[in-house]
Amino acid sequence: MRYLFMIFGAEVDPATVPDAEAAAEMAAYNAFTQEVQARGLMLGGEALEPSSTATTVRVRDGHALVTDGPFAETKEQILGYYLLECADLDEALEMAARVPGAASGGIEVRPIWELPAEAAPAAPGATAV
Amino acid sequence: MASGSATDWQATVEAVFREESGRIVATLIRQTGDFEVAEESVQDAFLAALERWPRDGLPRNPAAWITTTARNRALDRLRRAQRFARRQAALHALAAAESAEAADPFAGRSGLADPTGADGPSTESEAALPDDRLRLIFTCCHPALSPEARVALTLRTLGGLQTPEIARAFLVPEATMAQRLVRAKRKIREARIPYRVPPPEVLPARLASVLAVLYLIFNEGYLASGGEAPIRRELCAEAIRLARIVVELLPDEPEARGLLALLLLHDARREARQAPDGSLVLLEQQDRRRWDRAAIAEGSALLAEALAAGRPGPYQVQAAIAAAHDQAATPAATDWPRIAALYARLAILAPSPVVELNRAVALAMSGDLEAGLAILDGLGGDARLAAYHPFHAARADLLRRSGRSAEAAVAYRRAIRLTANPAEAAVLRERLAEIEAAGR
Repeated sequence: MRYLFMIFGAEVDPATVPDAEAAAEMAAYNAFTQEVQARGLMLGGEALEPSSTATTVRVRDGHALVTDGPFAETKEQILGYYLLECADLDEALEMAARVPGAASGGIEVRPIWELPAEAAPAAPGATAV
Repeated sequence: MASGSATDWQATVEAVFREESGRIVATLIRQTGDFEVAEESVQDAFLAALERWPRDGLPRNPAAWITTTARNRALDRLRRAQRFARRQAALHALAAAESAEAADPFAGRSGLADPTGADGPSTESEAALPDDRLRLIFTCCHPALSPEARVALTLRTLGGLQTPEIARAFLVPEATMAQRLVRAKRKIREARIPYRVPPPEVLPARLASVLAVLYLIFNEGYLASGGEAPIRRELCAEAIRLARIVVELLPDEPEARGLLALLLLHDARREARQAPDGSLVLLEQQDRRRWDRAAIAEGSALLAEALAAGRPGPYQVQAAIAAAHDQAATPAATDWPRIAALYARLAILAPSPVVELNRAVALAMSGDLEAGLAILDGLGGDARLAAYHPFHAARADLLRRSGRSAEAAVAYRRAIRLTANPAEAAVLRERLAEIEAAGR
């Protein structure tokens, strides 16, 4: 089952972060990515540019309203994401705790809505999608 | 019992379901791999029982009747279910379960029925703890569910309580409670909360969640006063019953035993805790002859067993404190130094301002007024205690005994304003009057 891991945290001006700290964070994320790849869970994942680079589009009454900035002006914003294939929520939560961002911010774990399987009957003993 | 009033039958059916349905729901979840289908099928069986039993009489084997009826309903629901592949596997599992009924408890298992099967289950922990009720209780108490949802789901599926009963117990409208349960079951399905006993590396933390839910249920029944008294008493009984099951299923977990001991040692004071007008009677004013000696004996024995494992924890320590109170024949005979030491222990295991408050009181009661006051002065800035009347009442008392009458009076007035308990307010007013009289 697929889960989206949204990495939330306070946005910090990169210029104020010491090089050593930035390098350590990068290394931690690389290590996590490698781990989930090795476990066959990795479907995707990226870091995002800061919310100041965001633009939000809403269409109302056929008109596109474009505003500068993120969808919600909250103290913590989404910093990046992972899309992982996990056996169940327990495995997802176990991995979420290991995302480096979990230690300072928080990881929202959301199941991907899966299309109902109307395929040919699976053999008994198979795991349903 | 072929004849009887409708309310008699309602009570009978409810009682039977409370006794039997937990086990049946748990097994059916494993067999169908679907929490919602299993739980709703047992609910269907309940409604069927309400209709049939008054007419046909109580079945010779009520559990078998419920099991068969629920299983048939589950088959119906699954045949109508959307998810084809899932449905086939589940139907297969149910059919296998039917034909291999009594012999092998694992007969119905397929890769689907055990959601972790595809991963390779931790067969060690599964083999050691085969009871489905254990899987059920860990699922109901999963941290991904909100605390209120965990309580509601535990009472509903394990306790076999009906939704209206649970709603009444927690003083929410029935529709609210029904929604809470629907959302919880949906989350289990949509987020795929696995139906299993957690593996050893996370079991202690997950067990703590289970014990917390049981303690919450107990306190809901224990701390309320007046009004819905019969429901409240039932909650305490239900918490104790479920705690017994957890101890039975996890005999090597001392904290589970510690919790059961704690619940029994508190429940032992049940008869002495309420005044005729429904208000709570303070511990030092309770008629100790009305305490349940058998419950105290059982709780004390359980505590001793738990402590023998050499893995102390917060519930064991709290049980030891309750035992110290329960074993005192009179308030004067209370071993306050021991209680103070136990609170010191608890402060390390599960720190909180209330624990510190109780430690301060125990120290003062054991004769060390200075130390008690020092702790309370240190807590004065804690916002969490600002509206907590026992804090102000305790402070007032210690200040009075130290001769600091003016400060004591202020604290008494604060406590009187904050307490909702008439018996306590009366005692506080008396003490305030004493100081004011002496001050003239």
